[in-house]
Amino acid sequence: MLILSKDLYDKIVAHARADHPDEACGVLAGPAGSDRPERFIPMTNAARSPTFYEFDSTEQFGVWQEMDDRDEEPVVIYHSHTATEAYPSRTDISYANEPGAHYVLVSTRDPHDSEVRSYRILDGQVSEEPVTVVE
Amino acid sequence: MAIEVRIPTILRTYTDGAKQVEGTGSTLGELLADLDRKHGGLRDRLVDDGGLRRFVNVYLNDEDVRFLAGLDTPVKDGDTVTVLPAVAGGATVS
Repeated sequence: MLILSKDLYDKIVAHARADHPDEACGVLAGPAGSDRPERFIPMTNAARSPTFYEFDSTEQFGVWQEMDDRDEEPVVIYHSHTATEAYPSRTDISYANEPGAHYVLVSTRDPHDSEVRSYRILDGQVSEEPVTVVE
Repeated sequence: MAIEVRIPTILRTYTDGAKQVEGTGSTLGELLADLDRKHGGLRDRLVDDGGLRRFVNVYLNDEDVRFLAGLDTPVKDGDTVTVLPAVAGGATVS
């Protein structure tokens, strides 16, 4: 299960809405080993595409260094799908390289209703998990 | 002295769980060949026939080696090389 504060949940959705129709992406960092996302880090989608996202490599290095310095890890890696459901695509599965992360997908295809779902992706296997939003 | 190489979680199966390892060489390509002698299979995860794999980022100190000289980038004792898997995906079905 993924437990998300309402504040972080709202920030992810707002980012996805702001970048629509391009895909938005980012990280929620948390203390290493805690499984608790705490810090919202929106990332640049270097692909600037409605069907693909890729972290800018230089920006990613800085963010990963900073997490390392603060003894944090990427608890959540999120991105949006802007015309399809919030379910990992084959591309998402083949590039999922953070075995410890929750992969959160937001669908912005419906202008009024944002679908937010979370997955573990390990060795090509996807398992969905419930998302609990807390105040 | 040697060159320190930081290994991401996903590749630590090749380093017996070690977060960082050391190697030698005068270019990144030589360094990866040296690492492969001690950690067999690691190089294949980073390099294919065309050079560095598309979705692996390798940094010399704080610079992406794609903006330097790729596998020909000179390295020296005291440098730090960091490997990070690119974070990518999207709705495309490729």
